[in-house]
Amino acid sequence: MSESDVTKDGIRGERPDREALVGKGMPRRRKGRRGERAMVPEAKFTSYYGKPVLNPPTWEPLDIAGYFFLGGLAGAGSVLAAGAQLTGRRSTARALKISSLVAITGSAAALVHDLGRPERFANMLRVLKPTSPMSVGSWLLAAYGPAAGAAAVLDVTGFLPRLGRAATAGAAALGPAVAAYTAVLAADTAVPAWHGGYRELPFVFVGSAAAAASGMALITSPARENAPARSAAVLGVALETAAAKVMERRLGLVGETYRQGRAGRLMRAAEALSVLGAAGAALGGRRRTTAVLSGAALLAASACTRFGVFHAGTQSAEDPKYTVVPQRQRLEAAG
Amino acid sequence: MGVRTWIKEWPVYRQFTDGDRLSRGAAAMSATTRGLRPRTETADKVVKSVCPYCAVGCAQNVYVKDDKVVQIEGDPDSPVSRGRLCPKGSASLQLTTGDARRYEVLYRRPHGTDWERLDLDTAMDMVVDRILETRRRTWEWEADGKRVNRTLGIASLGGATLDNEENYLIKKLFTALGIIQVENQARVCHSSTVAGLGTTFGRGGATTFLQDLQNADCIIIEGSNFAECHPVGFQWVMEAKARGATVIHVDPRFTRTSALADLHVPIRAGSDIAFLGGMINYVLSNEADFREFVLEYTNAAAIVSEEFEDTEDLDGVFSGLHEDTRHYDVTTWQYEGTEVQAASGERDSLYEERTGNGQSVAASGRSESHGSGGPAISGEARRDPTLTHPRCVYQILKRHFARYTPEMVEETCGIPRETFLRVCRTLVENSGRDRTSEFVYAVGWTQHTMGAQFIRAASILQLLLGNMGRPGGGIQALRGHASIQGSSDIPTLYNLLPGYIPMPHAHEHEDLDTFVEAVRTDKGYWSNMRAYAVSLLKAYFGEAATADNDYCFGHLPRLTGSHSTYETVQAQLDGTCKGYFLLGENPAVGSANGRMQRLGMANLDWLVVRDFSLIESATWWKDGPEIETGELRTEDIATEVFFFPAAAHTEKAGSFTNTNRMLQWHFAAKEPDGDARSDLWFMYHLGRRIKERLAGSADPMDRPLLDLAWDYPTEGTIAEPNAEAILAEISGSHVGGRPLDGYDQLRDDGSTSCGCWIYCGVHADGVNQAARRKPYTEQDWMALEWGWAWPANRRILYNRCSADPEGKPWSERKALVWWDAEQGRWTGHDIPDYVADRPPSYRPPEGATGVEAISGVDPFIMQADGKAWLYAPAGLTDGPLPTHYEPQDSPVRNPLYEGQQRNPVRQVFSRPENRFHPGPGEKGAEVFPYVVTTYRLTEHFTAGGMTRWSPYLAELQPAFFCEVSPELAAERSLEHGGWAHLVTARGVVEARVLVTERMTPLTVGGRTVHQIGLPYHWGSNGYTTGDSANDLSAVALDPNAHIQEVKALSADIRPGRRPRGPAVPRLLAEYHRRAGITEETGMEVRG
Amino acid sequence: MTESLIGRNLLAGNEPDPAGDAGHRDHPPRVGFFTDTSVCIGCKACEVACKEWNAIPEDGLELTGMSYDNTQGLGASTWRHVAFIEQRKPLGNAEAGVAHEDGVAQEAGVAREDGLAHEDGDATDLRWLMASDVCKHCTHAACLDVCPTGALFRTEFGTVVVQEDVCNGCGYCVPACPYGVIDQRKEDGRVWKCTMCYDRLGAGQEPACAKACPTQSIQFGPLDELRARADERVRQLHEIGVTDARLYGRDPDDGVGGDGAFFLLLDEPEVYGLPPDPVVTTRDLPSMWRHAGVAALTLLGGLAAVFAAHGRPEGKR
Repeated sequence: MSESDVTKDGIRGERPDREALVGKGMPRRRKGRRGERAMVPEAKFTSYYGKPVLNPPTWEPLDIAGYFFLGGLAGAGSVLAAGAQLTGRRSTARALKISSLVAITGSAAALVHDLGRPERFANMLRVLKPTSPMSVGSWLLAAYGPAAGAAAVLDVTGFLPRLGRAATAGAAALGPAVAAYTAVLAADTAVPAWHGGYRELPFVFVGSAAAAASGMALITSPARENAPARSAAVLGVALETAAAKVMERRLGLVGETYRQGRAGRLMRAAEALSVLGAAGAALGGRRRTTAVLSGAALLAASACTRFGVFHAGTQSAEDPKYTVVPQRQRLEAAG
Repeated sequence: MGVRTWIKEWPVYRQFTDGDRLSRGAAAMSATTRGLRPRTETADKVVKSVCPYCAVGCAQNVYVKDDKVVQIEGDPDSPVSRGRLCPKGSASLQLTTGDARRYEVLYRRPHGTDWERLDLDTAMDMVVDRILETRRRTWEWEADGKRVNRTLGIASLGGATLDNEENYLIKKLFTALGIIQVENQARVCHSSTVAGLGTTFGRGGATTFLQDLQNADCIIIEGSNFAECHPVGFQWVMEAKARGATVIHVDPRFTRTSALADLHVPIRAGSDIAFLGGMINYVLSNEADFREFVLEYTNAAAIVSEEFEDTEDLDGVFSGLHEDTRHYDVTTWQYEGTEVQAASGERDSLYEERTGNGQSVAASGRSESHGSGGPAISGEARRDPTLTHPRCVYQILKRHFARYTPEMVEETCGIPRETFLRVCRTLVENSGRDRTSEFVYAVGWTQHTMGAQFIRAASILQLLLGNMGRPGGGIQALRGHASIQGSSDIPTLYNLLPGYIPMPHAHEHEDLDTFVEAVRTDKGYWSNMRAYAVSLLKAYFGEAATADNDYCFGHLPRLTGSHSTYETVQAQLDGTCKGYFLLGENPAVGSANGRMQRLGMANLDWLVVRDFSLIESATWWKDGPEIETGELRTEDIATEVFFFPAAAHTEKAGSFTNTNRMLQWHFAAKEPDGDARSDLWFMYHLGRRIKERLAGSADPMDRPLLDLAWDYPTEGTIAEPNAEAILAEISGSHVGGRPLDGYDQLRDDGSTSCGCWIYCGVHADGVNQAARRKPYTEQDWMALEWGWAWPANRRILYNRCSADPEGKPWSERKALVWWDAEQGRWTGHDIPDYVADRPPSYRPPEGATGVEAISGVDPFIMQADGKAWLYAPAGLTDGPLPTHYEPQDSPVRNPLYEGQQRNPVRQVFSRPENRFHPGPGEKGAEVFPYVVTTYRLTEHFTAGGMTRWSPYLAELQPAFFCEVSPELAAERSLEHGGWAHLVTARGVVEARVLVTERMTPLTVGGRTVHQIGLPYHWGSNGYTTGDSANDLSAVALDPNAHIQEVKALSADIRPGRRPRGPAVPRLLAEYHRRAGITEETGMEVRG
Repeated sequence: MTESLIGRNLLAGNEPDPAGDAGHRDHPPRVGFFTDTSVCIGCKACEVACKEWNAIPEDGLELTGMSYDNTQGLGASTWRHVAFIEQRKPLGNAEAGVAHEDGVAQEAGVAREDGLAHEDGDATDLRWLMASDVCKHCTHAACLDVCPTGALFRTEFGTVVVQEDVCNGCGYCVPACPYGVIDQRKEDGRVWKCTMCYDRLGAGQEPACAKACPTQSIQFGPLDELRARADERVRQLHEIGVTDARLYGRDPDDGVGGDGAFFLLLDEPEVYGLPPDPVVTTRDLPSMWRHAGVAALTLLGGLAAVFAAHGRPEGKR
């Protein structure tokens, strides 16, 4: 029965329709089993027709994983170049400066290419947002790019050697940031495989970057100069591999996205290639051929890692399980 | 810009100087963002309009900028919609300005394979040629020796989507041309409503208005998918729920309405009379009726003639059945010692008796005039106030419905006894002196071979419970087109003239006096019939209509039977009907038996289609299903087709009458583009050209046209007729003088002119009352100053019932209208539907007639006896009481009457393209084991012409589908998301399968019955395409209203897609063979 | 610096004045949506009204079989999305009147939110949940925070809006959103999402979807008022036996600091495709920067150590 009346004076007891008592049901119910039902344990994982909760990244893998890879190669390369220069490994230094310039140019090109409106790339410098790794990265690239460029060009041309040294030092100082920030860029998303690994991902990335730059050094420099690169390769691979293992463990259920599908294949390839590359570099790096092959393996491994991470992210975003289950567990843990 | 400015505008600079350090807000805003203004604010003007889709009548604001419509949204001032719109209404910008609209006239020459362009002028002239030529060729002065002065060679269909003014011109011009086959969507949607409600209460319109739902204590929605088909109206159900009302939804499918209801009761499609009859039986056998109300306000006490025999006596049929002619002789149904004529329905069934000089035509061919009827009665019926006389209506009712036990309901409807009884108890508990319940229905009740009786059953129930004419009570008929009520009131229907004055039948020597004598009443407002008729003739024929020439009554063409749209289609197939106008209707998709519709059109000489886009009814000759199957070849089809682009509601002014009889004016926001024109323009200029062409003609058949009053002011660059001038003509005036205030001013001496007497007063004081838009927030809940409702701006009909016989509200919590003794007037929230100053104590003097004869306790002022009819002694052709019969094509044996499966007097036509299924128990019946019910979705509109072309709506429901239960899916290996095809004797269609637990199998008579839901919106054209559900349905009609049965039909369903091309007819032939279908199948009268 | 952001609730936690902290002075009260799914009739007027107002392109004619949901989810060209869920559960004390055999639905391959929910209910239980989803206009909006161009910004109404003339389509906001709301329109390149009709708000008009909604399932207004109303509504529903009713996104202390558009749901969020416990990714950003810093230093230090260890090449010595 309605609680409102139509009296001679008008309606009394109106209620807006948004307060409709939906679910009130009929006045008398046959069986009162509401209470029991509340006891039914919560259903297991549910989703909306298996549709993803998140929107997976719209990025082209080649552009963005490539951007991660090239950024790492350039950044770590600048550090190696500076080290090489300081320790008198001239050809290594020059080669790596050039490779950093090429890599960072390629990296920037990939980033711009991936923009939906590439003609608006300059808007990246419209604001400076510490909350946005991409904004920070843009400003970083704006500083690092010219430094790396000057270092390479001045080295090759021999002009302004002091400025060249300063540029080399600047690039080396910014290089690690360039190599590391892309990990934050990936981690600062809702993508479970990325965000959940935000502690380890920078180490994976810098390790991978070190391995890639070392690989580049092994390919481009004479054997007599490549001892540091061989060590760096081993170091980079060790760091990357260890960090990746820790990350996968921490990710729990989501960690399987690094072991399955395309991401799994890429990560396994990366691991095999980096072990091969590191071993080759460490054991046979004095031989030019082995050095080149090892260097190539390291570069490929680094690329595989970035693509693997990229696809693990996509996979984790596309399956609602990786969004829902960890959050559900978190809620349950919190009670 | 200087460097300084540039730097100052640089957000990085701003973020460090402006307090938005993280550049998240103020600093990051661009100049463009800061300058954003909504187009609702920058528009040049806001035009008041009304949504063109369903009949809720949501008010719209149309925003215009640079002579373009830039936005359409709800008008928050409306008391009905309160600014809200459903998805269709929200898509009306796309409807009116989208890419799908055509703006050029197209022409397909006989045997042509493609469209050609024509200029508008030439096309208009060509149509004039076709009309005049066909008319001359097919003119009939007489039929069977009786004067008919008409042509059966031309027909028109459509009007419910158009304005009242447009309908008025269509009917006026076509009537003058002698065209009688004028029909519209009302025929196929709600014609049975008018017969059902009209016969019972006196008027065929919904008895209440949407906002009053808020006052109900219980709402039973049955035969309607309210939330889906009238979403904005549904807010008033929600408002009732907010106040504690119980909402019950009785429907074969669990729909979006059920999802919000307190109880959903699945029912076997087509068994509602059994359900409602069971409730009537519950009320009667428990003496739970509101006795005082029943005694005073209904005909419960009337004594019925001794000759009457009930279905109980005659194994399922009433007395008077003529098996050979498939009709009932209704004389045995009368009250004892009197002759009663109905408010609506068979208005001149007693022509002979009343006029003494006529000759009755066959009942099957009678009109079902409906709407605002008023029964004729001669002599007072004998009454037994103790209700104990065995032949009093109350006792007859008791006996008639005694068979409808809970057990019978369970066996017939598939509704468990306990559920049924809970519904009964809830309804009874929420009815009576202090509480009211409301019934809501739509085409789930109307579209049956017993459609009118479904509605009668609900009417009886509501009367017994005292739920009529009271706040929160009544029967809410939800109508589906913007002005389908209007196109019934100002009818584009073959059997009616404006205001439910019947079209005259052919009788010998009939003149105005005998016509009026045959249809007027002695008591109540129909006693003034002559004034209504003469005023109408004055509006039609102006100065030419004089007392000397019977006010040109002789100009009106005469009916000789049923000329409904379904008879018209057969006339097309038979070659009698040669020219056809489609005015915003798409029968190839929306009417029953789509194939028959198309084959009919393929046999025409010419066809005129007026619509927004190239609908299926315009292109069947080149891409229809029959072209695909090879049954028709484009080159062989001789039909000439004209396509005229129509104007949208934003491009013309006029009034829509909503589902609650309320007229709302919409203003033109702009002129239509290209060749698009309103139907007002089309009809006016067509008539103008015809009149010019015939000027000086001495041919007597042209006389009506020459006499036709056709002088309307036009305006604008396209010479659009002034719609308000036409509304003024409809509303009426003293000839050559002041506008009329209301129909009590109408005179029968030719001094008044009125185009539709029930609309009299809509232009009172020369003011367009329909255009009133006083915000609901500035009025009480009735909002009487918004729009204008017929009759006389009343919102709840029969509201005298809200007071007891002494004139006091039955209950303090249900006060609507009451007698104010001090002022000597009826007063209250609504405008009293009663003689304003007649005290409750008034008793008519002996021999009083007309309005004087209405007693102080006669709330039903249109009825000849002032009472609502529990038992209908006249007016309906298939029985004075509702009786459950099975649908024409049903897999279930009628559990009620072993000897009578189907409505004995249903209208059925056995034609090669319209075969029926064997009845249960007959050989081959098992071939069609399932029940199909067709329906609408929220996201689409009727035959799809206004939605399937809209990308925004198409994407929401992008494919034709069928809904089946998991059990049926398992039984027939149907896969969710896959394809299935459905087969009947008429056709085969394919649909995607939605397997859903919302469809539930029912146990009926000990066996399982599966039901299949089929939305009927799709066709082969548009943005989303699919097969048409109506290719399955048959032309099997209610005998009262000629409405088709598409809510319940048997069918087969199979997994996979249907065959293509010539394999289609082969498949059908194979089904015919297996089911043993012949021309006799399903045609029996008895049995 | 980043620590101080958290301290001031600029990255996570309760944030009473997001518009003010985004540099809007004298701004109007924060507004939002309260979508009460218990009164939703699934008519999709919101979807259409939104598309009409914002001139969003049609985005796909696919019959999905997901009940009556053929839109599938929010995206660049769908800013309101109505979800439809058919469940074997009762809606409070309402009764569906259906009767089904157990297990028969799966055989027909009906797409459900999962294969299991079925077993939870009785064969006579059925409810049809409908819910209009929309951008949450988070208090702490990851999309906004990660946007490198300032295209996404916090309006004076506290809502989050993309500036079409600024966005360069970097796509960063897409994976940043914890609700899967914002997305890139491929053919256009830019990202799009609900603006809460920012242009209309500026003129004192309500958003198109809320205005159209036939049953007030979508309610628009000052967020504080909506929150109070929603609390009362949950109480009311619990009272009549709809114990499933719960609010989602209403809590200002949740992982995103509360949503500007919050919901009354009748089941767990994930049933509707919503994350059960979303956290704005930038809450962890300070830690991320720290870890990245250590990693960068590790790289620098490690490589320096390598060179130190190896010294000058032998040939040169």
